[in-house]
Amino acid sequence: MDAVSSKYSHKDTGWRLFLKTIIARAYPRLIGQQREVSWMVFEVVMPMLAVIAYVFVYRAMNAPEEYIGFVVMGGAMTAFWMNVLWSMSSQLYWEKEQGNLALYIIAPNSMMAILLGMALGGMLATCLRAVAVTLLGIWMFGVSFSVTSYLQLFLVFVLAMIALYGMGMMMASAFLLFGREAWHVANLAQEPIFLASGFYFPIKSLPFWVAAGASVIPLTLGMDAMRQLLFPTGFQFGFMSVVWEIGILAVLSVVFLFTAKVLLAHVERLAVREGRITESRR
Amino acid sequence: MQTSTSWRSFRMAAWLGWLIESNWTDPFLFAVYSIVKPLSGAAILVVMYGIISQGNYDSALFPYIYLGNAFYIYVGAVMTGVSWAVVDDREHYRTLKYMYIAPIQIPLYLLGRGVARFITGSIAVLITIGAGILFLNLRIDFANVDWPLFFTTLIIGVVMLALLGLLLAGVTLTLARHEGFIGEATAGALYIFSGAVFPLDILPAWMRPIGYFMPTTYWLELLRRSLVGNVAQAFPTLSNFSNLQLLGVLVALSVFFGVVSVFVFRRCDAIARERGLIDRTTNY
Repeated sequence: MDAVSSKYSHKDTGWRLFLKTIIARAYPRLIGQQREVSWMVFEVVMPMLAVIAYVFVYRAMNAPEEYIGFVVMGGAMTAFWMNVLWSMSSQLYWEKEQGNLALYIIAPNSMMAILLGMALGGMLATCLRAVAVTLLGIWMFGVSFSVTSYLQLFLVFVLAMIALYGMGMMMASAFLLFGREAWHVANLAQEPIFLASGFYFPIKSLPFWVAAGASVIPLTLGMDAMRQLLFPTGFQFGFMSVVWEIGILAVLSVVFLFTAKVLLAHVERLAVREGRITESRR
Repeated sequence: MQTSTSWRSFRMAAWLGWLIESNWTDPFLFAVYSIVKPLSGAAILVVMYGIISQGNYDSALFPYIYLGNAFYIYVGAVMTGVSWAVVDDREHYRTLKYMYIAPIQIPLYLLGRGVARFITGSIAVLITIGAGILFLNLRIDFANVDWPLFFTTLIIGVVMLALLGLLLAGVTLTLARHEGFIGEATAGALYIFSGAVFPLDILPAWMRPIGYFMPTTYWLELLRRSLVGNVAQAFPTLSNFSNLQLLGVLVALSVFFGVVSVFVFRRCDAIARERGLIDRTTNY
């Protein structure tokens, strides 16, 4: 009785519960994924295969060496897009399929905290993979980087990640509403995004309005700014100035996080009112 | 009786595969889905080529890259389509165990499941090549296309890819947690080693022998040669081989990999039955 009343009956609420939920959901992303080492190998190898192919395509065309660097950087950033697509956007859909979503919704914690935890854990775990792809690219193809401003590079990367994972949190609710289409939508959002966001070439090469439209995806401007900051001749390929890109990424971060919160509240309301959103329709 | 069981297994699996592939949405969205993905993949290469060549699509390299990439759609579609049926049935629909106890031939059932992907892949290939001809100055003189060579090569290649898919399906049966990666990783590796989008001479010397051992290398070369003739022969990699010699190598390698695939599938199938892996789900 004493043990129950003192130690185990203690319940965190408010911001403590919020923080603990974030940590609890980030934990399996960080630790769980690292336990399956062979998965990490695959997740580094898969983007590397595309990187190798595109590097050799550029070599066959006798392209300037900067382009090899662009491909390696794009390949590293692919890891983040795939993580957002399959482990953020589709995650609530997977949870529904496996029967966990109802537990998430009836638990006394915030769904926003669960998604933030997934984002934080996913981001940190994916960073390791992106670094591995970059190092392999440097080792295999002799790519060299020359940073013009570490502060701007840090700002661009952090804001791009916040906006990107905010977008992932927003899409998680939207994908849940797609039902059976979710898997296909995620599958479809690969090559077209690699094309529109300029993963393997400067976005400036696309028509202006296509590039402007693709800038809604945070990685588009994030990669454009990083290209300008990482390569000596990178500024020649910039779609817009780095300062502008930092500003737009900051706006995107706020918009996506706010929309994610609104959509999540909508999904929770639907789940409670209609009782069907957590239904697996396998 | 045996023949009818085989045919029934294949036919019903093909129909089931088509329903699974296509019934998740309305026909319009399905058509968009089937077309946008491969076209975007081709467009990445087109933009890369356009930037470096400054819009000069007359070089022999362009049809080499474009056609290689277009026909490579079959590799992902057919090979991965066959092997993915194991993941889909075992993990997602959880019906593989019922298929195993049903009076059907499992290898033919799995091959049949690849037919739907072959159909959608064929549409994607046609549209990709059509877009190249209409918008990108891809020059194919239909009067001079070697149609017998084209269709012979295409059929041999599709059968070879389906058998490679069976090999992957066998390996997939014995794996947990990595099934999804196997098909994609193999297709990705073949993309590099088959000279799909760059001549094999671009590869480091130590990597080239792997490419020469892959039937897809000869398959893609023959498809290019049958459609654009001398343009495809402009690259030194296989220029010393006649079409007949290439066809001979393709048939020999296809038979070799076909025999290996059947053997590997049988072995993996026996292991999976023995270890109770047929109905294992890992929720991955």
